[in-house]
Amino acid sequence: MKKYYYWIILAALIIVLILLPKPLIVSPTVSTIITVLLGLALAGVLVLTLRGHMIGRRTVFLFIGVSLTLPFFMNYRMPIKVSPEVQTLYDAIAKLPPGSKVLAAFDYDPPSAPELQPQAEAFMAFAFKHNLKVIIMGLWPQGPQQADMAVTKVLQEPEIRAKNLRYGVDYVNLGFQSGNEFVIQRMGTSFSGMFPRDIYNTDYDKIPLLNGVENFSNIDFVFNLSSGQPGTVEWVQIAVDRYGVKLGAGNTAVQAPSVYPYLSSRRLTGLAGGMTGAAEFEQATKEIGKANTYILSQSFSHMVVIAFIIIGNAALFVGYRKSKQKGA
Amino acid sequence: MDSTLIGTWLAALLTLGIMSFIYKDNLYYKICEAIFIGVSAGYWFITYFWDSLYRIAWIGIVHEGRYVLLGGVILGAMMLTRLFGKIGWIARWPLAFIVGATAGLKMMVYFTTNAMAQIHDTVYDTVTAFGGGDLYNLIGRLVILLGTVTGLVYFYFSKEHKGLFGGVAKVGTWFLMITFGASFGYTVMSRMSLLLGRIDFLLTDWLKLVK
Repeated sequence: MKKYYYWIILAALIIVLILLPKPLIVSPTVSTIITVLLGLALAGVLVLTLRGHMIGRRTVFLFIGVSLTLPFFMNYRMPIKVSPEVQTLYDAIAKLPPGSKVLAAFDYDPPSAPELQPQAEAFMAFAFKHNLKVIIMGLWPQGPQQADMAVTKVLQEPEIRAKNLRYGVDYVNLGFQSGNEFVIQRMGTSFSGMFPRDIYNTDYDKIPLLNGVENFSNIDFVFNLSSGQPGTVEWVQIAVDRYGVKLGAGNTAVQAPSVYPYLSSRRLTGLAGGMTGAAEFEQATKEIGKANTYILSQSFSHMVVIAFIIIGNAALFVGYRKSKQKGA
Repeated sequence: MDSTLIGTWLAALLTLGIMSFIYKDNLYYKICEAIFIGVSAGYWFITYFWDSLYRIAWIGIVHEGRYVLLGGVILGAMMLTRLFGKIGWIARWPLAFIVGATAGLKMMVYFTTNAMAQIHDTVYDTVTAFGGGDLYNLIGRLVILLGTVTGLVYFYFSKEHKGLFGGVAKVGTWFLMITFGASFGYTVMSRMSLLLGRIDFLLTDWLKLVK
């Protein structure tokens, strides 16, 4: 029976969660109490560590899990200041006149969706509201599907629905093309050579939006959402440096540091990096979505990580002191 | 019971199965892991089959008569000879083609974008910052210049890192450490986001505890 003890607890927890009233949102007072309790628990762990009682890794996991989960139930929105790199990205998109053709390259897959999907949705909503013509493509197989999900979601917004946007006229999804950076290279001379048909197998020549779109010179702006290779680095190296494309990007936090040098050398018009960038981009475009909810959870978890860095260092010094005492 | 509900429950149970590893390795986790690997492999195979082999190669050659695509198909078929011991050496030819073409493209773009253009902008921006009147920008540019030069000195191993040269290399090490630290911080942030996505799915789509 003892062997199944934890599984029984997990099953019971799931049943309780299913039976709880929905939606479950706590008041600001309760939120404050929960936050204080979490802080006290961390202080307790620090005291225990200083007394020489080391905690296990599962306690760390538990704290991280709790810190990420609790903010979902809190009725609180973090104040977000838009950084210069996100502001320049927004300015570049906002400056485009109605009817401009924007190439949206979706180079990511579902694991990166928490950081990039909010950016995709904010971008699509902004583009459709400002009458930009969006051409979607992907160097990652699941990218165009992520784009499709974003488009389906934003098309349900009343303001966008009222515009009666038509596939093939206002937006088009060219789908995935294998070949990594060679696809970008070829697109420099011929889009149709790389994408002879769209995602629904309609011939390139029969899509009204693509009439007159031969290569990058017919594109006003490229917005790349990227979580690795091929991604923003390849777009900068080939599309920007070789064909003079104007490029803005949204990246996962892992990739952002490798892209920042291109930002300071102005090869990249703007950059929204990680969850922070996503939340800032939502603020800038005034298309508030998931990123503004996620950012509170992420901030909570960061506080816990910082607390555990302090606790870990405390444990190290306690260990040193003990070994010194033993040596003496 | 509709298919979405079954899909959501299945996804939730698989998510919990993978997460159960943080408690300890167990059979539930192993089953979920095997399902994940199998489904991923199947998904990639089907994607490449329909997107590349069917949409590009088959339609292109058979229906549109673009026989130039035959070259790619033949190179692809040559790759498969690796499966047959005696003629496995044939697979080296398409591999050589891929490596050669990639190296040719990458060498040029890395040299122009990552070397020449970055050096130009580092120097140019620093020089122009002196006349710009923006002290904050000037300090920033000088720090970038200092980091670039000292970082390069650290990677110069033809001279022993001693005296003034060693001191400059030491400064370079500090810049590198700060860079790695920033990268690591961003990586932690990204990993939190991955977990956040799954927690959101469990709370919103599965348990419907939040909107």
